[in-house]
Amino acid sequence: MWRVLSFVPALLVTGLLFGGGLLLGGLQSLGYAPALGQDTLNVDAYRQLFADRGFWASLGLTAWVATASTLLAAVFGTAFALLLHRAGAGGRLRFLFGLTLPIPHLVASILTLLLLSQSGLLSRFTLAAGLTAGPQDFPALLYDRRGMGIVLELIWKETPFIGLNVLAALTQLDPRLNEVARTLGAGPWIRFLRVTLPLIRPALLSSGVLVFAFSLSSFEVPALLGATSPTTLPVLAYRAFTDTDLTARASALAISMVVAALGGALVWAYVRAQGGRGG
Amino acid sequence: MNRSLKVTLGVGLGVSATLPLALLVLWSVAGRWYYPAALPTEWSLRAWQSVFAPTSQVWSALWGSVWVATVTAVLGTAIALPAARVLGLGQVKKRGRLSALLLAPLVLPSFASVMGIQVMFIRLGLADTRPGVVLAHLIPVVPYAVVLLSGVFGSYDTRLEVVARSLGANRWQVFWRVTLPVVMPGVLVSVLFAFLVSWSEYLLTLIVGGGQVLTLPLLLFSAVQGGDYAITGALSLLYIAPTLLVFALIAPRVQGWRT
Repeated sequence: MWRVLSFVPALLVTGLLFGGGLLLGGLQSLGYAPALGQDTLNVDAYRQLFADRGFWASLGLTAWVATASTLLAAVFGTAFALLLHRAGAGGRLRFLFGLTLPIPHLVASILTLLLLSQSGLLSRFTLAAGLTAGPQDFPALLYDRRGMGIVLELIWKETPFIGLNVLAALTQLDPRLNEVARTLGAGPWIRFLRVTLPLIRPALLSSGVLVFAFSLSSFEVPALLGATSPTTLPVLAYRAFTDTDLTARASALAISMVVAALGGALVWAYVRAQGGRGG
Repeated sequence: MNRSLKVTLGVGLGVSATLPLALLVLWSVAGRWYYPAALPTEWSLRAWQSVFAPTSQVWSALWGSVWVATVTAVLGTAIALPAARVLGLGQVKKRGRLSALLLAPLVLPSFASVMGIQVMFIRLGLADTRPGVVLAHLIPVVPYAVVLLSGVFGSYDTRLEVVARSLGANRWQVFWRVTLPVVMPGVLVSVLFAFLVSWSEYLLTLIVGGGQVLTLPLLLFSAVQGGDYAITGALSLLYIAPTLLVFALIAPRVQGWRT
């Protein structure tokens, strides 16, 4: 009895507040709005959304940004983890590596802006070095249709997150496994692919899922570094949510539900993959 | 070989960690810094003066941030503590499903839920208020606290409580005199961590606060959009100072850091 009661406060937050919010959101996306005299459910918002090419462009951009930044952060994170592990990975190195973790994405986006915009610091350096002839010559990494600035910011912030998780797995790894593989004649690549990678895979996958899910729903980064159109789904949802036309709310919540469904599908796939391996 | 790799990594990571901060400092004291100058051509304390001016909005934003993050951190940790204890000690059946339910907000977008619940918040008078913003922030904070605190209880010895009870302590005495002191270091880490998650939150504050509840990220966001990079630099430094400080304090204990 006491044990069940222990969960009540936490369940009130995640079950009632979070779950209830999602449920209410789902209802509103179906046009449920008693305040506007609307209490029959319909799928108009979704129908309009799916007929809108702008929505598909946003969906494509969101998926691309999340996929590209997760994959690259995983590659760089693993590379850094291996290097740090090899160097002995003292507390000081770990600390420096992790220093981007406490910087909020808002500030990280500002840094990206100050560094990589066409009149940013890097562009000034390339001009001084004679590589570019002016701001227009510097590649337009921000406000572009492919969201390069968003991807770069996410990689910078998330590489240490994945890296530190992988590093923790690496430190638990028995060094003798690699020795044995070496004496059996395995080269560095074979040792990485056959010995190290399978053992760090769980850490890599679980932190990758978190990064992917976060990138899908990130708001500040695309709002500051992305193009006005197409923009990512969370920005699109917020715009519709704050539209003075109250009927746009159904559309805002329909977009939010699409983002939630993407995140949910990802986690479901992840859990299934885990279960399939008996772990 | 190991030594030189260590030095290279140290220098590389050191530069990549300090360069961004240096860029913010430079902007915050730049009077004029037009393209293509690599350094400001004129220095000025204008940004800092206007940030700390008595009439500045920074004071109410700072207070708003401190209020919301402190209340969220303490409340979130208190809410997570009992659940984390039972989960960490492995005292429940269907542990997997329960923790999946509790941790769902870590992977599903909280903004979707908060947009959905906003209608209720308006009806309950919680919209545009700090308590409303705290409730919204609890959504991402509680799961983090559950994760952190269940780890703490993983190495907790319940026999201490049995002893205290056999000596005649009641439930509250056991909690205040035995349980809490033992897990206090972990609880403090959870409070600090929760503080930072709330401190970094922008979108949820915006949705529930409707611009009425002013916090530092809101002020910072409008400074960037207004294109005043000197003010942006000064505000950014003010905003990340506590997060860096807290990170320095608890870095060795944090692995799954997210902001």
